Amino acid sequence: MARKADAFQWQRRDLLGLEELSAEEIVHILDVAQGFKEVSTRSIKKAPALRGKVVGLLFFEPSTRTSMSFSLAAQRLSADVLEFHAESSSLLKGETLVDTARNIEAMGVDIFVLRHKAAGAPQLLARSVESCVVNAGDGAHEHPTQALLDIFTIREAKGRIEGLKVAIVGDIGHSRVARSNLWGLIKLGAEVTLVGPPTQVPSAFARMGVRLSHDLDKVLPEMDVVNLLRIQMERQGKNSFPSIREYSRLFGMNGERLKRCKKDLLVMHPGPINRGVELSSEVADGPQSAVLRQVTNGVAVRMAVMYLVAGAKGR
Amino acid sequence: MGAILIRGGRVIDPANGVDGIMDVLIEDGHISRVGEALKLPKGGELVEAEGRLVVPGLIDMHVHLREPGSEQEETILSGSRAAVAGGFTTICAMPNTDPCTDNEGAVAFIVNQGKAAGQANVLPVGSITVGRKGEQMAEFGQMIRAGAVAFSDDGDTVRNSGVMRLCMSYGLMFDKPFISHADDKDLSGAGVMHAGSVSARLGLAGIPSTAEEIIVSRDIMLARMTGSKIHIAHTSTAGAVELIRQGKRNGVRVSAEVTPHHLALTDEAVATFDPSFKMAPPLRTADDVAALKEGLRDGSIDCIASDHAPHEQEEKELEFALAPFGVIGLESTLPIVIRELILADVLSWPELVAKMTINPARILDIDRGTLSTGAIGDVTVIDPELSWTIDASEFASKSRNCPFNGQTVRGRAVMTMVGGDIKYRLI
Repeated sequence: MARKADAFQWQRRDLLGLEELSAEEIVHILDVAQGFKEVSTRSIKKAPALRGKVVGLLFFEPSTRTSMSFSLAAQRLSADVLEFHAESSSLLKGETLVDTARNIEAMGVDIFVLRHKAAGAPQLLARSVESCVVNAGDGAHEHPTQALLDIFTIREAKGRIEGLKVAIVGDIGHSRVARSNLWGLIKLGAEVTLVGPPTQVPSAFARMGVRLSHDLDKVLPEMDVVNLLRIQMERQGKNSFPSIREYSRLFGMNGERLKRCKKDLLVMHPGPINRGVELSSEVADGPQSAVLRQVTNGVAVRMAVMYLVAGAKGR
Repeated sequence: MGAILIRGGRVIDPANGVDGIMDVLIEDGHISRVGEALKLPKGGELVEAEGRLVVPGLIDMHVHLREPGSEQEETILSGSRAAVAGGFTTICAMPNTDPCTDNEGAVAFIVNQGKAAGQANVLPVGSITVGRKGEQMAEFGQMIRAGAVAFSDDGDTVRNSGVMRLCMSYGLMFDKPFISHADDKDLSGAGVMHAGSVSARLGLAGIPSTAEEIIVSRDIMLARMTGSKIHIAHTSTAGAVELIRQGKRNGVRVSAEVTPHHLALTDEAVATFDPSFKMAPPLRTADDVAALKEGLRDGSIDCIASDHAPHEQEEKELEFALAPFGVIGLESTLPIVIRELILADVLSWPELVAKMTINPARILDIDRGTLSTGAIGDVTVIDPELSWTIDASEFASKSRNCPFNGQTVRGRAVMTMVGGDIKYRLI
């Protein structure tokens, strides 16, 4: 583990979002994750840090990769994992989030990992239970571990965050990934540009210390990193853009666009990719794509987060 | 009914231009004299009011009493007890009950329950359309016969402008106010808080100010077209204040109210995701708060109303987006408006009292809100200096969803008299 990591005393029992974290805290998570990444390369991929602890995954929204990543991360730390998915839950019988969580907590859970469609649900949970709470995505609010793994991947590729120019492209208004990324990146000194049509990049974001642009081609040449968000096909009915075809032409990343970028541009996507929409296959599978490294790093980052919150003193 | 002499208080009766240290004598349920050194009739009761304010009974023209339909949240009895504890002698019950107050029988039920409760005067507001569905005009004439004082589909806007026009036009022959809940639902959509930089930060769907302003504008224009009275409920945006100001300047019969929470709080409060700060219209920005206060000062906004909206605690312990809209206010309104308007030097005491007494009485065209000789004996005594901490668990209301819970405030009603009977007293 890096030396910096040893000097810092982590205090938080919950990870609800990156907005409330300091730059020092974010760097500390990344440093701890760096150490855990090494565990994943061993032939026996296990560390004893959370042995005897129980991690409860509460997923009230469909998710495969995030829940698998958390589950694997918990198991690599030797924790027991309890999985709860809303479709198999008593929510259908009208039980509230707080009641569900308190019942599961009564079985003996140390860390809750919550995915929920309502913004602020992790805050509600943290107010209502004794266990640690890790936000695995709440509505359009925050998805802190996704942003941490994105930033980890950028740091790994570029050796720094400060001074980098990062474009986040897509439906910023509805994106928890964008919000967490912009908080984390700004705090670490990156210059963030949000790109998309005005319906997806509301002017209110200008007050958060970022640049807004509706012209991808104009901003691309100066970028060090471009992070393309998944277009929610199901949101199309709300018509924030007229068609996939037009969106892809204006905001999709393809080989043609790549030619006009810096040679070492890092291309990211939180997945799952709509091939041919946000990314052409040529870009997604090309040498500048960090997509699979992001997924690999996600496990290490989530190990770090659960390790840290479990070790913090009482709330 | 015996005589009661309220002695030595600062009597403020804006309708009669009265503001001075005086005595108020109430006999046979009516104000019999206001003057200096009045004598207590034999066998009468004395209330010492030195250092306190003696004002006409406060009127809150926007209250949800939840009966019939949601008696676990509030009843006409518990709500009217909360009213007198907060200094209100008259409250208007909004019609979004279950079933809805859209007919003579439903209006009569509320009147009767109010009388049986025997606390504050409970005046029903009937719905504008049958079932508050925005389609078919309700029976205004029948409802007025049973005691309805105004009409509103509060909770919803009458979406169809043609229907609204028809109702205002037909209603002219009764000349009761229509109360507009201004929200263009096609624009506010699934919004749960004010649309602005805070909603952008929190990722919560926003309700733009424009959604309120479009309907305020529409209803003022329809009032001008038809000649009807229109009252704008819970005004919350700077743009709405300006539209009302312009409407008054143009001679439209428009009046407006503002709630204590829209004067005291902004959308920043939502950052905790605590549903105690979720209401419709939503908490707006500091600029809107300043405009609302200016609107009160220059008379664009006529009155204060609590929009008391009780909800069960379980419902307020939900995710912000899933929790219902609305906060209670009957027992916290007075100290909050004292803080925001008197202590902040926005209004004088006589101006504030007018906005809580004679102004709503005039809007509703009811014979209350003054201490004139012969007027009904509705009187509130306020201790403007009394410091206390708001504890919703001690409220007479059945609900606890108060955004000011835990705050230490100044000023409180210490005696509330309705029709010559003392219904609440701390002195």
